[in-house]
Amino acid sequence: MAKNVQMKDVDIYYGKFHAVQGVNLSVPPRAVTAFIGPSGCGKSTVLRTINRMHEVIPGARVEGRVELDGEDIYRPGVDPVEVRRAVGMVFQRPNPFPTMSIRDNVVAGLKLQRVNDKAQLNEVTERSLRAANLWNEVKDRLGKPGGSLSGGQQQRLCIARAIAVQPDVLLMDEPCSALDPISTLAIEDLIGKLKQDYTIVIVTHNMQQAARVSDRTGFFNLLAVDKPGRLVELDDTEKIFSNPTEKATEDYISGRFG
Amino acid sequence: MSSTPSGENLDRRTRRRGDAIFRMLAQGSGAALLVIMAAIAVFLVLQAVPALNADTTSFLTTLKWAPDGTPSSFGIAALAFGSVLTSLLALLISVPVAVGVALATSHYAPRWLARPLAYVVDLLAAVPSVVFGLWGLTYLVPNIIAPSTSLNHYLGFIPFFASNGTYGKSIFAASIVLAVMAIPIISAISREVFIQTPRDQVEAAWAIGATKWEMVRTAILPYGRSGIISGTVLGFGRAIGETIAVALVLSANYEISLHILEPGGNTIAANIATRYGEAGEIGRGALIASGLVLFIITLIVNFGARAIVGKNSRGGAS
Repeated sequence: MAKNVQMKDVDIYYGKFHAVQGVNLSVPPRAVTAFIGPSGCGKSTVLRTINRMHEVIPGARVEGRVELDGEDIYRPGVDPVEVRRAVGMVFQRPNPFPTMSIRDNVVAGLKLQRVNDKAQLNEVTERSLRAANLWNEVKDRLGKPGGSLSGGQQQRLCIARAIAVQPDVLLMDEPCSALDPISTLAIEDLIGKLKQDYTIVIVTHNMQQAARVSDRTGFFNLLAVDKPGRLVELDDTEKIFSNPTEKATEDYISGRFG
Repeated sequence: MSSTPSGENLDRRTRRRGDAIFRMLAQGSGAALLVIMAAIAVFLVLQAVPALNADTTSFLTTLKWAPDGTPSSFGIAALAFGSVLTSLLALLISVPVAVGVALATSHYAPRWLARPLAYVVDLLAAVPSVVFGLWGLTYLVPNIIAPSTSLNHYLGFIPFFASNGTYGKSIFAASIVLAVMAIPIISAISREVFIQTPRDQVEAAWAIGATKWEMVRTAILPYGRSGIISGTVLGFGRAIGETIAVALVLSANYEISLHILEPGGNTIAANIATRYGEAGEIGRGALIASGLVLFIITLIVNFGARAIVGKNSRGGAS
Protein backbone atom coordinates (compact mmCIF):
# COMPACT_ATOMS: atom_id res chain seq x y z
CA MET A 1 0.00 0.00 0.00
CA ALA A 2 0.92 3.64 -0.57
CA LYS A 3 3.94 3.21 -2.80
CA ASN A 4 6.17 5.97 -4.11
CA VAL A 5 6.34 6.81 -7.80
CA GLN A 6 9.59 7.53 -9.66
CA MET A 7 9.90 8.72 -13.24
CA LYS A 8 13.27 8.56 -14.96
CA ASP A 9 13.84 10.29 -18.32
CA VAL A 10 10.25 9.73 -19.41
CA ASP A 11 9.35 10.72 -22.97
CA ILE A 12 5.79 10.29 -24.22
CA TYR A 13 4.71 10.07 -27.86
CA TYR A 14 1.40 9.81 -29.69
CA GLY A 15 2.49 8.32 -33.00
CA LYS A 16 5.05 10.82 -34.31
CA PHE A 17 3.87 13.59 -32.01
CA HIS A 18 6.31 14.13 -29.15
CA ALA A 19 3.97 15.11 -26.31
CA VAL A 20 6.22 15.21 -23.24
CA GLN A 21 9.98 15.26 -22.94
CA GLY A 22 12.46 14.27 -20.29
CA VAL A 23 10.39 14.04 -17.12
CA ASN A 24 12.26 13.10 -13.94
CA LEU A 25 10.28 13.20 -10.75
CA SER A 26 9.61 11.53 -7.46
CA VAL A 27 6.24 11.29 -5.72
CA PRO A 28 6.31 10.44 -2.01
CA PRO A 29 3.80 8.04 -0.42
CA ARG A 30 1.01 9.25 1.89
CA ALA A 31 1.09 12.77 0.48
CA VAL A 32 -0.67 14.76 -2.21
CA THR A 33 1.35 15.79 -5.25
CA ALA A 34 -0.32 18.28 -7.58
CA PHE A 35 0.49 18.86 -11.26
CA ILE A 36 -0.30 22.37 -12.48
CA GLY A 37 0.35 24.20 -15.73
CA PRO A 38 -1.36 25.66 -18.80
CA SER A 39 -3.63 23.56 -21.03
CA GLY A 40 -1.92 21.17 -23.43
CA CYS A 41 1.38 21.03 -21.56
CA GLY A 42 1.16 17.30 -20.92
CA LYS A 43 0.33 17.08 -17.23
CA SER A 44 -2.66 14.77 -17.77
CA THR A 45 -0.57 12.73 -20.20
CA VAL A 46 2.15 12.28 -17.58
CA LEU A 47 -0.50 11.32 -15.01
CA ARG A 48 -1.87 8.67 -17.36
CA THR A 49 1.50 7.00 -17.78
CA ILE A 50 1.40 6.08 -14.08
CA ASN A 51 -1.41 3.57 -14.65
CA ARG A 52 -0.70 3.01 -18.37
CA MET A 53 -4.08 4.54 -19.30
CA HIS A 54 -2.56 6.49 -22.18
CA GLU A 55 -2.10 3.16 -23.98
CA VAL A 56 -5.83 3.07 -24.63
CA ILE A 57 -5.11 5.58 -27.40
CA PRO A 58 -3.64 3.79 -30.44
CA GLY A 59 -0.08 4.84 -31.24
CA ALA A 60 0.76 6.09 -27.75
CA ARG A 61 4.11 4.98 -26.31
CA VAL A 62 6.47 5.77 -23.48
CA GLU A 63 10.24 5.76 -23.26
CA GLY A 64 12.11 5.80 -19.95
CA ARG A 65 11.20 4.25 -16.64
CA VAL A 66 8.15 4.66 -14.41
CA GLU A 67 8.62 2.87 -11.09
CA LEU A 68 6.32 1.94 -8.22
CA ASP A 69 8.55 1.36 -5.17
CA GLY A 70 11.39 0.64 -7.57
CA GLU A 71 9.49 -1.74 -9.87
CA ASP A 72 9.41 -0.60 -13.50
CA ILE A 73 5.81 -0.81 -14.73
CA TYR A 74 6.98 -0.67 -18.38
CA ARG A 75 9.29 -3.65 -18.03
CA PRO A 76 8.46 -6.28 -20.70
CA GLY A 77 6.07 -8.83 -19.27
CA VAL A 78 4.17 -6.36 -17.09
CA ASP A 79 0.41 -6.64 -17.64
CA PRO A 80 -1.19 -3.17 -17.90
CA VAL A 81 -4.38 -4.64 -16.42
CA GLU A 82 -2.46 -5.51 -13.23
CA VAL A 83 -0.92 -2.03 -13.17
CA ARG A 84 -4.38 -0.46 -13.28
CA ARG A 85 -5.53 -2.66 -10.41
CA ALA A 86 -2.67 -1.26 -8.34
CA VAL A 87 -3.05 2.36 -9.46
CA GLY A 88 -6.59 3.73 -9.20
CA MET A 89 -7.88 6.68 -11.19
CA VAL A 90 -10.59 9.33 -10.86
CA PHE A 91 -11.55 11.31 -13.94
CA GLN A 92 -12.54 14.84 -14.87
CA ARG A 93 -16.20 14.00 -15.39
CA PRO A 94 -17.82 11.68 -12.85
CA ASN A 95 -18.23 8.36 -14.69
CA PRO A 96 -20.05 5.79 -12.57
CA PHE A 97 -21.52 2.93 -14.61
CA PRO A 98 -25.00 4.42 -15.07
CA THR A 99 -27.05 1.22 -15.13
CA MET A 100 -25.17 -0.48 -12.27
CA SER A 101 -26.41 -0.02 -8.73
CA ILE A 102 -24.42 2.11 -6.29
CA ARG A 103 -23.24 -1.03 -4.51
CA ASP A 104 -22.18 -2.74 -7.76
CA ASN A 105 -20.32 0.40 -8.82
CA VAL A 106 -18.26 0.38 -5.63
CA VAL A 107 -17.31 -3.28 -5.91
CA ALA A 108 -16.97 -3.39 -9.72
CA GLY A 109 -13.18 -3.66 -9.44
CA LEU A 110 -13.36 -6.42 -6.82
CA LYS A 111 -15.81 -8.40 -8.92
CA LEU A 112 -13.35 -8.26 -11.82
CA GLN A 113 -10.87 -9.87 -9.43
CA ARG A 114 -13.35 -12.72 -8.89
CA VAL A 115 -14.30 -11.71 -5.34
CA ASN A 116 -17.83 -13.06 -4.90
CA ASP A 117 -18.16 -13.46 -1.13
CA LYS A 118 -21.27 -11.50 -0.21
CA ALA A 119 -20.21 -10.54 3.29
CA GLN A 120 -16.85 -9.31 2.05
CA LEU A 121 -18.45 -7.29 -0.76
CA ASN A 122 -20.87 -5.67 1.69
CA GLU A 123 -18.04 -4.83 4.07
CA VAL A 124 -15.93 -3.29 1.27
CA THR A 125 -18.95 -1.33 0.05
CA GLU A 126 -19.49 0.23 3.46
CA ARG A 127 -15.81 0.85 4.17
CA SER A 128 -15.21 2.46 0.76
CA LEU A 129 -18.32 4.62 0.86
CA ARG A 130 -17.46 5.77 4.40
CA ALA A 131 -13.92 6.55 3.28
CA ALA A 132 -15.37 8.56 0.38
CA ASN A 133 -17.66 10.52 2.76
CA LEU A 134 -20.71 9.20 0.93
CA TRP A 135 -22.03 6.44 3.16
CA ASN A 136 -24.54 8.53 5.12
CA GLU A 137 -26.07 9.94 1.94
CA VAL A 138 -26.58 6.64 0.12
CA LYS A 139 -26.75 3.87 2.75
CA ASP A 140 -30.53 3.56 2.33
CA ARG A 141 -30.45 3.26 -1.46
CA LEU A 142 -27.46 1.13 -2.34
CA GLY A 143 -29.57 -0.71 -4.92
CA LYS A 144 -30.38 2.45 -6.89
CA PRO A 145 -28.47 3.08 -10.13
CA GLY A 146 -25.25 5.07 -9.90
CA GLY A 147 -26.61 7.52 -12.47
CA SER A 148 -29.31 8.68 -10.03
CA LEU A 149 -26.87 10.60 -7.81
CA SER A 150 -25.90 14.28 -8.11
CA GLY A 151 -22.65 15.19 -9.85
CA GLY A 152 -20.70 15.66 -6.63
CA GLN A 153 -22.05 12.43 -5.19
CA GLN A 154 -21.20 10.60 -8.41
CA GLN A 155 -17.62 11.82 -8.17
CA ARG A 156 -17.35 10.59 -4.58
CA LEU A 157 -18.86 7.28 -5.76
CA CYS A 158 -16.08 7.10 -8.35
CA ILE A 159 -13.52 7.73 -5.61
CA ALA A 160 -15.11 4.96 -3.55
CA ARG A 161 -14.90 2.67 -6.59
CA ALA A 162 -11.22 3.52 -7.05
CA ILE A 163 -10.25 2.93 -3.40
CA ALA A 164 -12.38 -0.22 -2.98
CA VAL A 165 -9.49 -2.29 -4.34
CA GLN A 166 -7.04 -0.53 -1.98
CA PRO A 167 -4.69 0.74 -4.68
CA ASP A 168 -1.05 1.65 -4.13
CA VAL A 169 -1.51 5.00 -5.80
CA LEU A 170 -4.61 7.13 -6.51
CA LEU A 171 -4.56 9.35 -9.61
CA MET A 172 -7.00 12.24 -10.00
CA ASP A 173 -7.35 14.00 -13.33
CA GLU A 174 -8.98 17.39 -12.59
CA PRO A 175 -11.53 15.70 -10.33
CA CYS A 176 -13.40 18.90 -9.47
CA SER A 177 -13.54 20.69 -12.80
CA ALA A 178 -17.12 19.55 -13.50
CA LEU A 179 -18.36 20.22 -9.96
CA ASP A 180 -19.91 23.16 -8.12
CA PRO A 181 -17.97 24.88 -5.29
CA ILE A 182 -19.71 22.98 -2.48
CA SER A 183 -19.05 19.60 -4.08
CA THR A 184 -15.49 20.73 -4.80
CA LEU A 185 -15.00 21.50 -1.12
CA ALA A 186 -16.32 18.04 -0.22
CA ILE A 187 -13.83 16.40 -2.58
CA GLU A 188 -10.95 18.54 -1.29
CA ASP A 189 -11.76 17.57 2.31
CA LEU A 190 -11.83 13.98 1.18
CA ILE A 191 -8.42 14.27 -0.49
CA GLY A 192 -6.98 15.58 2.78
CA LYS A 193 -8.37 12.57 4.58
CA LEU A 194 -7.33 9.98 1.96
CA LYS A 195 -3.71 11.05 1.91
CA GLN A 196 -3.22 9.37 5.28
CA ASP A 197 -3.54 6.03 3.49
CA TYR A 198 -2.77 6.63 -0.15
CA THR A 199 -0.23 8.15 -2.49
CA ILE A 200 -2.25 10.78 -4.36
CA VAL A 201 -1.34 12.54 -7.59
CA ILE A 202 -3.79 15.20 -8.75
CA VAL A 203 -3.88 17.26 -11.93
CA THR A 204 -5.65 20.57 -11.49
CA HIS A 205 -6.23 23.75 -13.46
CA ASN A 206 -7.01 25.54 -10.28
CA MET A 207 -3.90 26.91 -8.59
CA GLN A 208 -5.75 27.72 -5.38
CA GLN A 209 -6.82 24.10 -5.25
CA ALA A 210 -3.24 22.93 -5.66
CA ALA A 211 -2.18 25.29 -2.87
CA ARG A 212 -5.01 24.06 -0.61
CA VAL A 213 -4.75 20.30 -1.02
CA SER A 214 -1.20 19.41 -2.00
CA ASP A 215 2.08 18.89 -0.16
CA ARG A 216 4.18 18.94 -3.32
CA THR A 217 3.51 20.78 -6.56
CA GLY A 218 4.95 20.21 -10.03
CA PHE A 219 4.72 22.91 -12.67
CA PHE A 220 4.50 21.76 -16.31
CA ASN A 221 4.97 23.98 -19.33
CA LEU A 222 5.66 23.75 -23.06
CA LEU A 223 9.32 24.09 -24.04
CA ALA A 224 8.14 26.49 -26.73
CA VAL A 225 5.24 26.71 -29.17
CA ASP A 226 4.86 23.36 -31.02
CA LYS A 227 7.47 21.76 -28.77
CA PRO A 228 6.86 18.97 -26.22
CA GLY A 229 5.74 19.68 -22.70
CA ARG A 230 8.15 19.28 -19.79
CA LEU A 231 8.29 19.42 -16.02
CA VAL A 232 9.71 22.81 -15.11
CA GLU A 233 10.08 22.14 -11.41
CA LEU A 234 8.65 20.06 -8.62
CA ASP A 235 9.02 21.18 -5.03
CA ASP A 236 7.18 21.66 -1.75
CA THR A 237 3.90 23.41 -2.46
CA GLU A 238 4.77 26.20 -0.03
CA LYS A 239 8.00 26.95 -1.87
CA ILE A 240 6.42 26.78 -5.35
CA PHE A 241 3.79 29.32 -4.37
CA SER A 242 6.06 31.66 -2.38
CA ASN A 243 9.53 31.42 -3.80
CA PRO A 244 9.84 29.22 -6.91
CA THR A 245 13.27 28.55 -8.36
CA GLU A 246 12.28 29.06 -12.00
CA LYS A 247 11.14 32.34 -13.51
CA ALA A 248 8.50 30.57 -15.66
CA THR A 249 6.89 29.15 -12.54
CA GLU A 250 6.74 32.51 -10.88
CA ASP A 251 5.21 34.08 -14.00
CA TYR A 252 2.52 31.39 -14.10
CA ILE A 253 1.79 31.53 -10.36
CA SER A 254 1.48 35.27 -10.37
CA GLY A 255 -0.88 35.16 -13.32
CA ARG A 256 1.42 36.68 -15.91
CA PHE A 257 0.50 33.94 -18.40
CA GLY A 258 -1.49 30.74 -18.75
CA MET B 1 -42.54 56.05 -33.82
CA SER B 2 -42.21 53.00 -31.66
CA SER B 3 -39.73 51.34 -33.98
CA THR B 4 -36.03 51.19 -33.25
CA PRO B 5 -33.56 53.02 -35.49
CA SER B 6 -33.03 49.92 -37.61
CA GLY B 7 -36.75 49.75 -38.28
CA GLU B 8 -37.36 46.69 -36.10
CA ASN B 9 -39.15 46.12 -32.83
CA LEU B 10 -39.35 43.29 -30.37
CA ASP B 11 -42.84 42.06 -31.34
CA ARG B 12 -42.94 38.54 -32.57
CA ARG B 13 -42.56 38.59 -36.29
CA THR B 14 -45.15 36.82 -38.37
CA ARG B 15 -44.07 33.17 -38.45
CA ARG B 16 -40.55 32.69 -39.67
CA ARG B 17 -40.92 31.03 -43.02
CA GLY B 18 -38.27 28.29 -42.64
CA ASP B 19 -39.81 27.14 -39.36
CA ALA B 20 -43.27 27.02 -40.88
CA ILE B 21 -42.18 25.03 -43.91
CA PHE B 22 -40.20 22.59 -41.83
CA ARG B 23 -43.02 22.12 -39.36
CA MET B 24 -45.44 21.43 -42.21
CA LEU B 25 -43.09 18.87 -43.74
CA ALA B 26 -42.48 17.09 -40.48
CA GLN B 27 -46.09 17.01 -39.36
CA GLY B 28 -47.27 16.10 -42.85
CA SER B 29 -44.88 13.15 -43.07
CA GLY B 30 -45.87 11.92 -39.63
CA ALA B 31 -49.56 12.14 -40.44
CA ALA B 32 -49.09 10.49 -43.85
CA LEU B 33 -47.34 7.57 -42.20
CA LEU B 34 -50.22 6.99 -39.78
CA VAL B 35 -52.76 7.26 -42.60
CA ILE B 36 -50.84 4.74 -44.73
CA MET B 37 -50.58 2.27 -41.84
CA ALA B 38 -54.30 2.57 -41.15
CA ALA B 39 -55.12 2.25 -44.85
CA ILE B 40 -53.09 -0.97 -45.09
CA ALA B 41 -54.89 -2.44 -42.10
CA VAL B 42 -58.30 -1.46 -43.48
CA PHE B 43 -57.45 -2.84 -46.93
CA LEU B 44 -56.30 -6.15 -45.46
CA VAL B 45 -59.42 -6.51 -43.33
CA LEU B 46 -61.85 -5.62 -46.17
CA GLN B 47 -60.20 -8.04 -48.59
CA ALA B 48 -59.99 -10.81 -46.03
CA VAL B 49 -63.53 -10.77 -44.68
CA PRO B 50 -65.31 -12.49 -47.63
CA ALA B 51 -62.80 -15.33 -47.63
CA LEU B 52 -62.98 -15.72 -43.87
CA ASN B 53 -66.78 -15.97 -44.16
CA ALA B 54 -66.43 -18.65 -46.84
CA ASP B 55 -64.06 -20.69 -44.68
CA THR B 56 -65.93 -23.74 -43.37
CA THR B 57 -63.32 -24.50 -40.69
CA SER B 58 -61.74 -22.40 -37.97
CA PHE B 59 -59.19 -19.98 -39.44
CA LEU B 60 -57.09 -19.89 -36.30
CA THR B 61 -56.71 -23.63 -35.69
CA THR B 62 -56.91 -25.28 -39.11
CA LEU B 63 -53.64 -26.57 -40.53
CA LYS B 64 -54.45 -27.17 -44.18
CA TRP B 65 -54.70 -24.59 -46.93
CA ALA B 66 -57.48 -25.35 -49.44
CA PRO B 67 -59.43 -22.09 -49.74
CA ASP B 68 -60.58 -22.76 -53.29
CA GLY B 69 -61.75 -26.30 -52.57
CA THR B 70 -65.33 -27.34 -52.00
CA PRO B 71 -65.98 -26.87 -49.22
CA SER B 72 -63.42 -24.09 -48.68
CA SER B 73 -61.13 -24.92 -45.76
CA PHE B 74 -58.00 -23.11 -44.68
CA GLY B 75 -56.26 -21.95 -41.51
CA ILE B 76 -53.29 -19.96 -40.32
CA ALA B 77 -52.06 -22.33 -37.61
CA ALA B 78 -49.32 -24.19 -39.51
CA LEU B 79 -48.17 -21.10 -41.41
CA ALA B 80 -47.97 -18.84 -38.36
CA PHE B 81 -46.15 -21.56 -36.46
CA GLY B 82 -43.67 -21.98 -39.31
CA SER B 83 -43.11 -18.24 -39.65
CA VAL B 84 -42.44 -17.72 -35.95
CA LEU B 85 -40.29 -20.85 -35.63
CA THR B 86 -38.02 -20.07 -38.61
CA SER B 87 -37.63 -16.45 -37.51
CA LEU B 88 -36.81 -17.34 -33.91
CA LEU B 89 -34.29 -19.96 -35.01
CA ALA B 90 -32.79 -17.44 -37.41
CA LEU B 91 -32.40 -14.93 -34.56
CA LEU B 92 -30.94 -17.59 -32.27
CA ILE B 93 -28.20 -18.13 -34.84
CA SER B 94 -27.74 -14.57 -36.08
CA VAL B 95 -27.81 -12.43 -32.92
CA PRO B 96 -24.67 -13.88 -31.28
CA VAL B 97 -22.80 -13.85 -34.59
CA ALA B 98 -23.97 -10.33 -35.44
CA VAL B 99 -23.00 -8.94 -32.03
CA GLY B 100 -19.63 -10.61 -32.42
CA VAL B 101 -19.16 -9.07 -35.85
CA ALA B 102 -20.23 -5.67 -34.52
CA LEU B 103 -17.73 -5.85 -31.64
CA ALA B 104 -15.01 -7.01 -34.01
CA THR B 105 -15.55 -4.02 -36.30
CA SER B 106 -16.04 -1.53 -33.48
CA HIS B 107 -13.43 -2.54 -30.89
CA TYR B 108 -11.36 -5.59 -31.77
CA ALA B 109 -10.12 -5.51 -35.34
CA PRO B 110 -7.22 -3.18 -36.18
CA ARG B 111 -8.39 -0.06 -37.96
CA TRP B 112 -7.13 -1.05 -41.41
CA LEU B 113 -9.25 -4.19 -41.23
CA ALA B 114 -12.27 -2.86 -39.34
CA ARG B 115 -13.32 -0.35 -41.99
CA PRO B 116 -13.37 -2.72 -44.96
CA LEU B 117 -15.00 -5.38 -42.81
CA ALA B 118 -17.78 -3.02 -41.73
CA TYR B 119 -18.21 -1.98 -45.34
CA VAL B 120 -18.56 -5.57 -46.54
CA VAL B 121 -21.09 -6.32 -43.80
CA ASP B 122 -23.14 -3.28 -44.84
CA LEU B 123 -22.94 -4.45 -48.43
CA LEU B 124 -24.33 -7.86 -47.46
CA ALA B 125 -27.47 -6.11 -46.21
CA ALA B 126 -28.09 -4.85 -49.72
CA VAL B 127 -27.87 -8.23 -51.48
CA PRO B 128 -31.34 -9.18 -52.84
CA SER B 129 -32.96 -12.05 -50.98
CA VAL B 130 -33.31 -14.19 -54.10
CA VAL B 131 -29.52 -14.46 -54.18
CA PHE B 132 -29.52 -15.84 -50.64
CA GLY B 133 -32.34 -18.17 -51.68
CA LEU B 134 -30.36 -19.53 -54.62
CA TRP B 135 -27.32 -20.01 -52.43
CA GLY B 136 -29.50 -21.88 -49.94
CA LEU B 137 -31.01 -24.07 -52.63
CA THR B 138 -27.87 -24.97 -54.58
CA TYR B 139 -25.24 -25.01 -51.82
CA LEU B 140 -26.73 -25.16 -48.35
CA VAL B 141 -29.46 -27.78 -48.89
CA PRO B 142 -27.17 -30.46 -50.36
CA ASN B 143 -24.48 -29.73 -47.78
CA ILE B 144 -26.74 -29.64 -44.75
CA ILE B 145 -27.69 -33.28 -45.04
CA ALA B 146 -24.50 -34.63 -43.47
CA PRO B 147 -24.49 -32.32 -40.40
CA SER B 148 -28.25 -32.85 -40.00
CA THR B 149 -27.67 -36.59 -39.91
CA SER B 150 -25.02 -36.27 -37.21
CA LEU B 151 -27.20 -33.89 -35.17
CA ASN B 152 -30.00 -36.44 -35.33
CA HIS B 153 -27.64 -39.27 -34.50
CA TYR B 154 -26.17 -37.67 -31.36
CA LEU B 155 -28.98 -35.37 -30.21
CA GLY B 156 -32.01 -37.14 -31.63
CA PHE B 157 -33.47 -37.60 -28.14
CA ILE B 158 -34.23 -33.84 -28.14
CA PRO B 159 -37.55 -33.42 -30.01
CA PHE B 160 -36.09 -30.67 -32.22
CA PHE B 161 -33.52 -33.02 -33.68
CA ALA B 162 -35.78 -36.04 -34.10
CA SER B 163 -36.29 -37.12 -37.70
CA ASN B 164 -37.93 -39.67 -39.97
CA GLY B 165 -34.58 -40.11 -41.74
CA THR B 166 -34.92 -37.50 -44.49
CA TYR B 167 -33.06 -34.20 -44.40
CA GLY B 168 -32.36 -31.18 -46.60
CA LYS B 169 -35.13 -28.73 -47.52
CA SER B 170 -36.00 -28.20 -43.88
CA ILE B 171 -36.92 -25.49 -41.39
CA PHE B 172 -33.29 -25.74 -40.26
CA ALA B 173 -31.95 -24.87 -43.71
CA ALA B 174 -34.47 -22.03 -44.14
CA SER B 175 -33.52 -20.63 -40.72
CA ILE B 176 -29.83 -20.59 -41.63
CA VAL B 177 -30.55 -18.70 -44.85
CA LEU B 178 -32.69 -16.22 -42.89
CA ALA B 179 -29.96 -15.90 -40.25
CA VAL B 180 -27.38 -15.00 -42.90
CA MET B 181 -29.78 -12.37 -44.21
CA ALA B 182 -30.41 -10.92 -40.74
CA ILE B 183 -26.76 -10.75 -39.60
CA PRO B 184 -25.78 -7.62 -41.57
CA ILE B 185 -28.75 -5.61 -40.31
CA ILE B 186 -28.31 -6.59 -36.68
CA SER B 187 -24.57 -6.07 -36.72
CA ALA B 188 -24.71 -2.73 -38.56
CA ILE B 189 -27.12 -1.25 -36.03
CA SER B 190 -25.30 -2.75 -33.03
CA ARG B 191 -21.99 -1.41 -34.31
CA GLU B 192 -23.34 2.12 -34.70
CA VAL B 193 -24.42 2.10 -31.07
CA PHE B 194 -21.26 0.40 -29.78
CA ILE B 195 -18.98 3.03 -31.29
CA GLN B 196 -20.98 5.76 -29.58
CA THR B 197 -20.27 4.39 -26.10
CA PRO B 198 -19.07 7.44 -24.15
CA ARG B 199 -15.30 7.51 -23.78
CA ASP B 200 -15.52 8.10 -20.05
CA GLN B 201 -17.48 4.85 -19.60
CA VAL B 202 -14.80 2.93 -21.45
CA GLU B 203 -12.04 4.60 -19.43
CA ALA B 204 -13.89 3.90 -16.19
CA ALA B 205 -13.78 0.20 -17.00
CA TRP B 206 -10.11 0.29 -17.99
CA ALA B 207 -9.21 2.20 -14.84
CA ILE B 208 -10.59 -0.43 -12.46
CA GLY B 209 -8.37 -3.02 -14.12
CA ALA B 210 -10.71 -4.54 -16.68
CA THR B 211 -9.36 -6.77 -19.42
CA LYS B 212 -10.59 -6.02 -22.92
CA TRP B 213 -13.48 -8.47 -22.67
CA GLU B 214 -14.39 -7.19 -19.18
CA MET B 215 -14.35 -3.64 -20.54
CA VAL B 216 -16.73 -4.72 -23.31
CA ARG B 217 -19.00 -6.36 -20.76
CA THR B 218 -19.07 -3.52 -18.24
CA ALA B 219 -19.11 -0.52 -20.60
CA ILE B 220 -19.99 -1.37 -24.20
CA LEU B 221 -22.69 -4.02 -23.91
CA PRO B 222 -24.84 -2.25 -21.27
CA TYR B 223 -24.69 0.93 -23.32
CA GLY B 224 -25.33 -0.91 -26.58
CA ARG B 225 -28.19 -3.08 -25.36
CA SER B 226 -30.88 -0.90 -26.93
CA GLY B 227 -29.01 -1.06 -30.25
CA ILE B 228 -28.83 -4.84 -30.10
CA ILE B 229 -32.55 -5.01 -29.40
CA SER B 230 -33.48 -2.59 -32.20
CA GLY B 231 -31.27 -4.48 -34.62
CA THR B 232 -32.80 -7.77 -33.55
CA VAL B 233 -36.31 -6.46 -34.18
CA LEU B 234 -35.35 -5.30 -37.66
CA GLY B 235 -33.67 -8.65 -38.29
CA PHE B 236 -36.83 -10.39 -37.14
CA GLY B 237 -38.82 -8.23 -39.54
CA ARG B 238 -36.58 -9.21 -42.41
CA ALA B 239 -36.74 -12.89 -41.48
CA ILE B 240 -40.47 -13.18 -40.94
CA GLY B 241 -41.30 -11.16 -44.05
CA GLU B 242 -38.98 -13.08 -46.34
CA THR B 243 -40.77 -14.76 -49.25
CA ILE B 244 -38.61 -15.97 -52.09
CA ALA B 245 -35.58 -17.24 -50.16
CA VAL B 246 -37.79 -19.40 -47.95
CA ALA B 247 -39.91 -20.57 -50.88
CA LEU B 248 -36.76 -21.73 -52.69
CA VAL B 249 -35.21 -23.54 -49.75
CA LEU B 250 -38.22 -25.09 -48.03
CA SER B 251 -40.10 -28.14 -49.21
CA ALA B 252 -43.52 -26.87 -48.16
CA ASN B 253 -46.26 -28.68 -46.33
CA TYR B 254 -48.96 -27.59 -43.89
CA GLU B 255 -48.07 -29.36 -40.68
CA ILE B 256 -46.98 -28.30 -37.24
CA SER B 257 -43.82 -30.18 -36.37
CA LEU B 258 -40.91 -29.42 -34.09
CA HIS B 259 -38.65 -31.65 -36.15
CA ILE B 260 -36.61 -28.88 -37.70
CA LEU B 261 -34.23 -31.20 -39.56
CA GLU B 262 -36.95 -32.86 -41.64
CA PRO B 263 -38.19 -31.40 -44.91
CA GLY B 264 -41.52 -29.63 -44.46
CA GLY B 265 -43.17 -26.64 -42.86
CA ASN B 266 -44.06 -23.36 -44.46
CA THR B 267 -44.24 -19.66 -43.65
CA ILE B 268 -46.94 -17.08 -44.20
CA ALA B 269 -44.81 -14.97 -46.50
CA ALA B 270 -43.51 -17.85 -48.60
CA ASN B 271 -47.02 -19.27 -48.87
CA ILE B 272 -48.33 -15.98 -50.24
CA ALA B 273 -45.54 -15.84 -52.80
CA THR B 274 -46.04 -19.38 -54.06
CA ARG B 275 -49.87 -19.57 -53.98
CA TYR B 276 -51.02 -16.13 -55.09
CA GLY B 277 -50.67 -16.73 -58.84
CA GLU B 278 -52.80 -19.85 -58.92
CA ALA B 279 -55.38 -18.67 -56.35
CA GLY B 280 -59.04 -18.07 -57.12
CA GLU B 281 -61.11 -15.30 -55.56
CA ILE B 282 -61.53 -16.95 -52.19
CA GLY B 283 -57.91 -18.10 -52.33
CA ARG B 284 -56.66 -14.53 -52.73
CA GLY B 285 -58.83 -13.34 -49.88
CA ALA B 286 -57.45 -16.17 -47.77
CA LEU B 287 -53.87 -15.19 -48.58
CA ILE B 288 -54.65 -11.58 -47.67
CA ALA B 289 -56.10 -12.79 -44.38
CA SER B 290 -52.78 -14.57 -43.72
CA GLY B 291 -51.00 -11.31 -44.56
CA LEU B 292 -53.11 -9.60 -41.92
CA VAL B 293 -51.89 -12.14 -39.36
CA LEU B 294 -48.29 -11.46 -40.41
CA PHE B 295 -48.94 -7.74 -39.96
CA ILE B 296 -50.28 -8.35 -36.45
CA ILE B 297 -47.36 -10.61 -35.44
CA THR B 298 -44.90 -7.94 -36.59
CA LEU B 299 -46.77 -5.25 -34.65
CA ILE B 300 -46.75 -7.34 -31.47
CA VAL B 301 -43.01 -8.00 -31.76
CA ASN B 302 -42.30 -4.32 -32.38
CA PHE B 303 -44.30 -3.15 -29.40
CA GLY B 304 -42.76 -5.84 -27.24
CA ALA B 305 -39.23 -4.76 -28.16
CA ARG B 306 -40.15 -1.12 -27.63
CA ALA B 307 -41.33 -1.94 -24.13
CA ILE B 308 -38.07 -3.75 -23.36
CA VAL B 309 -35.92 -0.92 -24.72
CA GLY B 310 -37.97 1.69 -22.85
CA LYS B 311 -37.65 -0.16 -19.58
CA ASN B 312 -33.89 -0.67 -19.76
CA SER B 313 -32.69 2.39 -21.56
CA ARG B 314 -31.71 4.40 -18.50
CA GLY B 315 -28.17 5.58 -19.12
CA GLY B 316 -27.97 3.84 -22.47
CA ALA B 317 -28.51 5.05 -25.98
CA SER B 318 -32.09 5.27 -27.10
